[in-house]
Amino acid sequence: MLAMNYRGPRRVRIDHKPDPEILHPEDAVVRVTRSCICGSDLHLYNGSVPDTRVGMTFGHEVCGIVEEVGQDVEKLKVGDHVLVPFNIACGRCVFCQQELYGNCHESNSQATAVGGIYGYSHTAGGYDGGQAEYVRVPYANVGPTIIPEGMHPDDAVMLTDVVPTGYQAAEMGGIQPGDTVVVFGAGPVGIMAARCAWLFGAGRVIVIDHVEYRLEFVKNYAPAEVYNYKELDDVVVFLKQTTDWMGADVVIDAVGAEATGRAMQTLLGKKLHMVGGAATALHWAINSVKKGGIVSIVGVYGPIDTLVPIGNVVNKGLTIRGNQASVKRLLPRLIEHVQNGVLDPKALITHRIPLEEVSEAYKMFSAKLDNCIKPVLIPPSARV
Amino acid sequence: MKDEAKDIDNKVRDLENSVINPSQVKGWGIDADPKNDPTYPMKKRNNGEHAGYSWERPPQQPIDIEVLHSNERPNVSATFGTSVPPSGLSGVIRREAFNFSENSYGHWLPLMLADRINMVEGIVSDLARGHVPNIFGEMGWKADWKHDRANLVTKVVIGAALGTAVFALLRNRRKSRRTENYF
Ligand SMILES: NC(=O)c1ccc[n+]([C@@H]2O[C@H](COP(=O)([O-])OP(=O)(O)OC[C@H]3O[C@@H](n4cnc5c(N)ncnc54)[C@H](O)[C@@H]3O)[C@@H](O)[C@H]2O)c1
Ligand SMILES: [Zn+2]
Ligand SMILES: [Zn+2]
Repeated sequence: MLAMNYRGPRRVRIDHKPDPEILHPEDAVVRVTRSCICGSDLHLYNGSVPDTRVGMTFGHEVCGIVEEVGQDVEKLKVGDHVLVPFNIACGRCVFCQQELYGNCHESNSQATAVGGIYGYSHTAGGYDGGQAEYVRVPYANVGPTIIPEGMHPDDAVMLTDVVPTGYQAAEMGGIQPGDTVVVFGAGPVGIMAARCAWLFGAGRVIVIDHVEYRLEFVKNYAPAEVYNYKELDDVVVFLKQTTDWMGADVVIDAVGAEATGRAMQTLLGKKLHMVGGAATALHWAINSVKKGGIVSIVGVYGPIDTLVPIGNVVNKGLTIRGNQASVKRLLPRLIEHVQNGVLDPKALITHRIPLEEVSEAYKMFSAKLDNCIKPVLIPPSARV
Repeated sequence: MKDEAKDIDNKVRDLENSVINPSQVKGWGIDADPKNDPTYPMKKRNNGEHAGYSWERPPQQPIDIEVLHSNERPNVSATFGTSVPPSGLSGVIRREAFNFSENSYGHWLPLMLADRINMVEGIVSDLARGHVPNIFGEMGWKADWKHDRANLVTKVVIGAALGTAVFALLRNRRKSRRTENYF
């Protein structure tokens, strides 16, 4: 089959690989019809995630058609159209039982601090991902969800990660009616977080980024007040000022390790890889939230030390919440929101790119060329 | 020596540490407030973890390739990925790294080193298969050409200028050395 193949930092190509096989009685093999590139893939692409092995296929935002099922798969049959949550979850371990599907204990041997994720380095389980024609889907009775009749596949694929992650970012903010919510990052996740903040009753939503076309998009889509941090002397002082010197009630970090904006963080986190990424947005989040406020982190960082002003967390009495989104937990509610027209996730997709052009797609998304917000890769068989 | 002494201390302490029955601790539970749950509504609390590693495990995927596992868990997870088993020099380093816990630099820094070595191994294995990797193609230069031409051209021009300068410098040095040799 055709599959994306990682060759080293900022080098990916399309290649031929053997088709995936059923390796466990609860596996399925899915023929991919859509697979997105995510901001999370950029951490791998930039070589920031330890144990990212040359030859791996990335891709954790996938929908497609069931091609083959293992002997213990009861909930799916060949031919079903499914969307596949990015978390690999067994459904039985104590964490899955508590609906922490992003923290399964039976899907990743290599690290206990993260559950299994498709195509996300060996640190997240060593599974080949879905930027390919086919993908192996473990625990097929648990994760994959049949795409409801009439749902657009572009909406379906956005429900595998971006929508639940944005929603959970807002949910973890514990937003109370009338709260001022600041979102750092106007990528797909930040845009969706800003949109969802309103669903929880926010009184004001402010988005910070430095990429103008993304700010322009979220301004209308969420909607939100938007500011380019490059045009502000000091983003924290600005946010204090605009909240009557109180600070925001809730601040969401939807940026993660690839943040720009502070030279020291960039040097240590992105050039030298001596810390778990550039924590610029998280630093700003902690400093711009009010005393007793909540910082919600969905931006992804590496497994080693990350530089944040933790003293301020103590002195301001902050609550910090973070997680990988628990996609399966949120799907029933979010499918409803999409079907009722409350959320329109496919509007974020700016580029539909043939799988064969995966090298260009990564470049375009990572360098933010051609006003790219969300690119989706489409394999040849799904283009006819 | 010191470590051994500590070990013995801890063993003695283990013998002294008896199981404590919470309900016999003075004041136990008098201020308990189940609503004070910072994980609500993300976690459906059932306190199952209090029973330890006790769930009925899914069937084990046959372990017929090398799977490294964190020393912070007792086993290989019931399913695992088979993308790229460890091999070569990077594989040797990765195996070593897994002797250290996720809590240790000894784990993560060697893994990062292995990743960089693996990249060179990737080029070597490409060449060994008779495939010369198109590095610029892999880096997506076509997208630059289409959407960011000015920047790409600047990079190429600067690269060429730097290359020429370095070449000229080396040639001059070689020349002057040669001159030195003549005299
Ligand atoms: N927790 C989860 O479950 C989960 C799921 C998906 C993605 N993520 C993470 O969410 C983050 C965002 O994902 P995405 O797909 O939107 O990525 P993206 O790269 O498209 O977006 C990130 C945005 O942040 C902006 N940015 C950079 N530095 C900034 C700063 N200092 N302040 C404000 N904005 C800044 C960038 O310009 C960019 O627009 C990533 O770290 C990704 O790994 C987490
Ligand atoms: Zn993603
Ligand atoms: Zn589980």
